[in-house]
Amino acid sequence: MQVSDRFNINSQLEHLQAKYVGTGHSDVNRFEWAVNIQRDSYASYVGHYPLLAYFAIAENESIGRERYNFMQKMLLPCGLPPEKEDD
Amino acid sequence: MYLYSLTLQQATGIVCAINGNFIGGKSQEIVVARGKSLDVLRPDESGKIQTLHSVEVFGTIRCLAHFRLTGSQKDHVVVGTDSGRIIIMEYHKEKNYFHKLYQETFGKSGCRRIVPGQYVAVDPKGRAVMIAACEKQKLVYVLNRDTAARLTISSPLEAHKSHTITYSITGVDCGFDNPIFAAIELDYSEADQDSTGQAASEAQKHLTFYELDLGLNHVSRKWTEPIDNGANLLVTVPGGEDGPSGVLVCAENFVIYKNQGHPDVRAVIPRRADLPAERGVLIVSAATHRQKSMFFFLLQTEYGDIFKVTLDHKRDEQERIHVMELKIKYFDTIPVTAAMCVLKTGFLFAASEFGNHALYQFQAIGDGDDVEASSSTLMETEEGFQPVFFQPRGLKNLVRIDHIASLMPIMDMKVLNLFEEETPQIFTLCGRGPRSSLRILRPGLAISEMAVSQLPGVPNAVWTVKKSVSDEFDAYIVVSFPSGTLVLSIGETVEEVSDSGFLDTTPSLAVSLLGDDSLMQVHPNGIRHIREDGRINEWKTPGKKTIVKVGSNRLQVVIALSGGELIYFEMDMTGQLMEVEKHEMTGDVACLDIAPVPEGKQRSRFLAVGSYDNTIRILSLDPDDCMQVLSVQSVSSPPESLLLLEVQASIGGEDGADHPASVFLNAGLRNGVLFRTVVDMVTGQLSDTRSRFLGLRAPKLFKAIVRGRQAMLCLSSRPWLGYIHQGHFLLTPLSYETLEFAASFASDQCAEGVVAVAGDALRIFTIERLGETFNETIIHLRYTPRKFVLHPKKKYLVIIESDQGAFTAEEREAARKECLEASGLENGNANNREQMENGGGEGDDDDEKEDPLSDEQYGYPKAESDRWVSCIRVLDPKSGNTTCLLELQDNESAFSLCTVNFHDKEYGTLLAVGTAKGLQFLPKKSLTAGFIHIYRFIDEGKSLELLHKTQVEGVPLALCQFQGRLLAGVDSVLRLYDLGKRKLLRKCENKLFPNVLYSIHTYRDRIFVGDLQESFHYCKYRRDENQLYIFADDSVPRSLTASHHVDFDTMAGADKLGNIYFVRLPQDVSDEIEEDPTGGKIKWEQGKLNGAPNKVEEIVQFHVGDVVTCLQKASLIPGGGECVIYGTVMGSLGALLAFTSREDVDFFSHLEMHLRQEHPPLCGRDHMAYRSAYLPVKDVIDGDLCEQYPTLPPDLQRKIADELDRTPGEILKKLEDIRNKII
Repeated sequence: MQVSDRFNINSQLEHLQAKYVGTGHSDVNRFEWAVNIQRDSYASYVGHYPLLAYFAIAENESIGRERYNFMQKMLLPCGLPPEKEDD
Repeated sequence: MYLYSLTLQQATGIVCAINGNFIGGKSQEIVVARGKSLDVLRPDESGKIQTLHSVEVFGTIRCLAHFRLTGSQKDHVVVGTDSGRIIIMEYHKEKNYFHKLYQETFGKSGCRRIVPGQYVAVDPKGRAVMIAACEKQKLVYVLNRDTAARLTISSPLEAHKSHTITYSITGVDCGFDNPIFAAIELDYSEADQDSTGQAASEAQKHLTFYELDLGLNHVSRKWTEPIDNGANLLVTVPGGEDGPSGVLVCAENFVIYKNQGHPDVRAVIPRRADLPAERGVLIVSAATHRQKSMFFFLLQTEYGDIFKVTLDHKRDEQERIHVMELKIKYFDTIPVTAAMCVLKTGFLFAASEFGNHALYQFQAIGDGDDVEASSSTLMETEEGFQPVFFQPRGLKNLVRIDHIASLMPIMDMKVLNLFEEETPQIFTLCGRGPRSSLRILRPGLAISEMAVSQLPGVPNAVWTVKKSVSDEFDAYIVVSFPSGTLVLSIGETVEEVSDSGFLDTTPSLAVSLLGDDSLMQVHPNGIRHIREDGRINEWKTPGKKTIVKVGSNRLQVVIALSGGELIYFEMDMTGQLMEVEKHEMTGDVACLDIAPVPEGKQRSRFLAVGSYDNTIRILSLDPDDCMQVLSVQSVSSPPESLLLLEVQASIGGEDGADHPASVFLNAGLRNGVLFRTVVDMVTGQLSDTRSRFLGLRAPKLFKAIVRGRQAMLCLSSRPWLGYIHQGHFLLTPLSYETLEFAASFASDQCAEGVVAVAGDALRIFTIERLGETFNETIIHLRYTPRKFVLHPKKKYLVIIESDQGAFTAEEREAARKECLEASGLENGNANNREQMENGGGEGDDDDEKEDPLSDEQYGYPKAESDRWVSCIRVLDPKSGNTTCLLELQDNESAFSLCTVNFHDKEYGTLLAVGTAKGLQFLPKKSLTAGFIHIYRFIDEGKSLELLHKTQVEGVPLALCQFQGRLLAGVDSVLRLYDLGKRKLLRKCENKLFPNVLYSIHTYRDRIFVGDLQESFHYCKYRRDENQLYIFADDSVPRSLTASHHVDFDTMAGADKLGNIYFVRLPQDVSDEIEEDPTGGKIKWEQGKLNGAPNKVEEIVQFHVGDVVTCLQKASLIPGGGECVIYGTVMGSLGALLAFTSREDVDFFSHLEMHLRQEHPPLCGRDHMAYRSAYLPVKDVIDGDLCEQYPTLPPDLQRKIADELDRTPGEILKKLEDIRNKII
């Protein structure tokens, strides 16, 4: 890689996108955006124990079950992806 | 407005716990994380859990792990936090603090999806640690030792995998081969792309082994294999010489043994017989017990049942260990835990997720006859694996020996003074389901009474004496009456004796040990010195004078005669008490005290004398300047009692940094104030005065011993204890009745007790659980309490309770009867439940014994999630009795309540309760109907009678009285109701709220509405036009969890993310609205960006780090400033106090700034960033950080003090003062 390439805005962006999951790009669609938000939220719920406890009280489940449910929901947080449009 | 935030009660819930050997030596300690604080606990000899150390970390602790380097004597702690850093620390016993060894940054701070910190795993041999995130990132640090045997860690090695969710990680025990970490992973990349859903349905969890090649310094994915899709937890299986290695994969309904190159061994987790078929069984916590010869696992399910898992294994010819069978046997049932720790000493520490934590002792290790599932009997049929059923039973293997109170979760709170005590009580609704309770908290320490005995008269004083300095225990209790003295000897029993040498025909003024082994009794007419061989020397007062006051230590005695003459005696070399000096005071002496003899000295230099002319003098006792006045202090009222006390403000040893002791002169003044001032050890000058009002009577001061240190008992209208706890000098009330006179007491049965007299009784008690701010009285409830109100006149509490997914009381009772009959037990106590719910706090142990299946221990049987049970309870807080309990029928549950006086006054005070029928949250919120019930209080407010029910279209989450009508928030509609004959009558409504109304407060014609997701809306009601309209709202969308009305323009709120904030309507806008004849209505019609025309301003913002569930403005001490008190889900209570002077704001913000710099938080999170986690902190000073000042080393304290142009003593005083304003 040449020095000039490294400072190229695109390569910087690519680097960020590779490093930080969820970094947006110009073609991001509504679904991808929502999925990211949802996954971030679930990860935050799992990380903040008081919040997990708060949900557990609301749903009358154990905190362990609540954590498991949130982790499971990270697979398809917004349901199935929309069909790809070929362009 | 600037606020000072102070945590009054640290979080009582536990996030995670580990046990290990953190001190070194044989003892076992438990390190628990309570969200934002880290504690070290240890069970003492008697099986009581003691807190050794507790530190606030100003960050979120998410997990803990411990490891031991080979050859090391103690364990290190690794903490997974939200700081984006790995923290390795060790506990120092001598200095009692956590020493941070390593803090290495690897990512951004905050609980993020791909920043590690969610999981931590260590290699069982202590050679490496893995720290992982929910997704993608995993980092491995190699742990090593340098030449000086200190820990070193490598730079991180990456084991990342994109698009992969991690459920659990653990270290695999593979002896001294390369360290291996196991992880449950799920790859979602294909599921995200495939719109047909095929990839998602085929998504498979994998168990992956990561190997750390110590030679190449590289981590590789060694092995990966599909596992059950319900997998959620990994448990390490001992390896090397001790076992087969590999991991236990806990999945929904199954436990599977897995290892590389080993076939799966799978067994089903037994199910409770009454569990609905659609529910799985999930393991939520696990503990491992290892001994030389055997090991087993204890796994707890989400219902609280503990199973013992054992592996049958065999070594084959190639020295490979083969697991033949996995057995899961029902062990016992305890409340669901967040973490369990099996201690080597035969204890099980259970950190409950909600409610009190407990310490159990093992009575057996589950070798008895119980339901067992095994891998060898696993049956697979067409419907899947065949389940095994069991019925929970009473504890067989465990016995509970201690518990730690936990308020988690606080659902609602009110500060009220219902009992007309000096200070208000805090009523909190705590707990969940069958472990719910109403807890009445009183500031102060709990005491446990050991003996109360009636005396023949009304005594006026009591002392305890040892026979010799070297004695461990006291020999006599001496009680003085107006006309005589009673001597009791302490032995197996306490009984009266007459051979002690004390004169019993006269009252006594002082009784103490003199010299090494002689006793002294001072009575009005003289001093009686009783030598150890029985000889008695008597000194008589000259003329007709009598002794009025005495001060003495082990070698010096000063007496004050009537008229104001002081006579000073000293003990000479031969053990004789010799008169040394006389001194004439100007008037009668009110009180006097001599400081204890300093170690290695002949005498103490200071005598404090209090006079009725409102002065206290310090006199010298040195031979050179004997009876010279060294300093004079004038006080506000005549001193009644003096005590010179050596205080090591912050201290070495168990309590923190090393600091020289200073002598404090304590004076109890007649106006009820305790006056404390520092005595200069050389000059005797007094400086640094502090005073505090203790009660309506002049405090009498007595020495006491607390944890082997000097402490002070102050007896005013209630007793107080001044003692040192973790570097702070705390002055805390005791929850006990008024006492007259007290003395410390040490005997065989009670090492640090107090003997006191009150009325005609002699009382012996000990003080429990030092360091706690509150002590509690528990009243048990039936379901998760939601809210409560106070009947304004009759002072009864009305509580609404509801639980989702539970059976009604009748259904439970029927099922229970059936179950008990099936198991052949007598069902003689059908009313037992009721007793348990309402029995006092202490009685629950007995109830558990009586009741073979107490719900408190076993939880309610689970019903389908769309079923609700609920009740409305009227409770008399004084007796703790429930006077009325209405169980709601037909799947209805209560969510809100308020008392309301309709303007026609026909019924007086009525109770409105908002309910929902058939409420479901998932997949979408739905309900059959909502109702507002109107109840009438009958029977003097003790009972309720339903007037009528009004159906509404949504859940009425908020109710409030407003101008003789009822305001209700029904989903997104604010509606005004009037009382009708058959139902409520709609008068007016506003549908312009964005989401769901969560709270309503009113003041004059303003209505403050809290929206569930969009913060506050300020509304007005125009009576003439009968219109409700919103004139201002907040610009920040906040998910409200609590709200409180502060003043005309200001609201305090708390959001789901753990922030507390205040919003205020700008003064000009407020005036404009009040002055505008249309009440801002014209403007309102315009509106801005779908919102109201005016916006409120955020004036205070603070990240608490815990979900705040209740807020209230109250004053906790008489005459103290009003603060905003809050309670949280994690069971902590805190206060926000408004500063009254700009000077204080400057001082504390500078102190905070310096502490941020000089003393960064333990777990690596930046303090300012933490307090600004979601929105920048605004105008709040963190008192918890400021209060860490006394724990700093002395030179650092001095450095900060210098920068602030003050002395460390002044800073300590400031900290003490502001705390005393709050509690």
